[in-house]
Amino acid sequence: MSDESTQHNLILILARDLTSRLANPAAVVDAEGTLVYFNEAAEPILGLTYAEAGELRAGEWAAQMDPKDPTGDPIPLEELPLGVAFGQGRPTHRALTITGGDGVVRDIESTAIPLCPREGLILGAVALFWERSREAER
Amino acid sequence: MRATIWGSRGTLASPGRETVRYGGQTSCIAVELSDGSLVILDAGTGIRPFGMSLGASPPRVDLLITHLHTDHIEGLRFFTPFWDPSVEFRIWGPPAPLRTLEQRLAPFFAPPYFPVHLRNVPSRPTFLEVPMQPWTIGSATITAELIKHPGPSVGYRIEEGGGALAYLPDHEPGLGADLTSIEAGWISGLSLARDADVLVHDGQYTSAEYEVRVGWGHSSTFDAVTFAERAGAHRLALFHHDPFHGDDQLEGMLASARQLASTPALDIELAYEGQTFAF
Repeated sequence: MSDESTQHNLILILARDLTSRLANPAAVVDAEGTLVYFNEAAEPILGLTYAEAGELRAGEWAAQMDPKDPTGDPIPLEELPLGVAFGQGRPTHRALTITGGDGVVRDIESTAIPLCPREGLILGAVALFWERSREAER
Repeated sequence: MRATIWGSRGTLASPGRETVRYGGQTSCIAVELSDGSLVILDAGTGIRPFGMSLGASPPRVDLLITHLHTDHIEGLRFFTPFWDPSVEFRIWGPPAPLRTLEQRLAPFFAPPYFPVHLRNVPSRPTFLEVPMQPWTIGSATITAELIKHPGPSVGYRIEEGGGALAYLPDHEPGLGADLTSIEAGWISGLSLARDADVLVHDGQYTSAEYEVRVGWGHSSTFDAVTFAERAGAHRLALFHHDPFHGDDQLEGMLASARQLASTPALDIELAYEGQTFAF
């Protein structure tokens, strides 16, 4: 009997393969913005493990992380780097604060790129991010 | 439907005494559908003798190409119906980020590699990039999906009358993934092979060979067996035989593959020229 779980597109499979080998914190979303994967390096920043989180829909992860801009104003999903990348198909970068699954607020910067196998076809996005507060400690 | 293997060798046509039992022709499977439609999987050198076996040209040919590596297209130039202007010839293949299928194939049909330009081929083929959703050819439903192999590459699933043939001749699902433990949704190509009656799958390397060929786009027999078991396929035909593997060595690999299987429910065999599967 086969395993019936949902098949991911090859582009996402390759994105997971790549990010799983990186020491850079990274996350992958699919075309609907569902957070389908984040790597081990991202776990301390997001304050939870991938095994605990599983897949999170766009609205879920955006709400849980409570993203804010440096002045404290909430950032809607469509203005987050990942939101811009999977929603509009263009790369983007910005600084923001998030609240991790462990309840800790962290200052981060994030760069997100869309995954477009052909012009006009967006299959998802990858975000690389880093923690600015930890950077200041170094 | 009825599928016949006309070429099961990978990489390079390899005729000779060492390969007579499993054959030396490169990838090609002809699939006759119940409504009489003809679907051909890949155009390796095996397509030439298949063309010669046809009494007359069929009215329409649907050629499904998995990717454009030479061993999957080199026979097309010598396929008789391709040169028959009465044939409606449709060539399906993987989409690429920038150039069309026709643009990518055209250099292979042009000097200095070949004297006749693609635009002058009498059948005036139509080039179609495979859709991301299943589609119909004749009485069959076809599904294509991008799979792990260098460059744009797809695998195919052909379903008709309750039977399913999955064809992933060049595939490295184990690249970057432990197939025994990773969640099924993250295994390249698995949905194409799910519960297939027959899975024709890359099994080019021994485990020792694979260790020094990771990333080349092909599977060890171990990964092929694991993939088939995860998919719940009923029958696995190991395909894309290495041109350096003679018949005796292939049979040794088959014996090892059968030992690797964790369930007797999976029937494992070596694909060979002339082998047929009826559904």
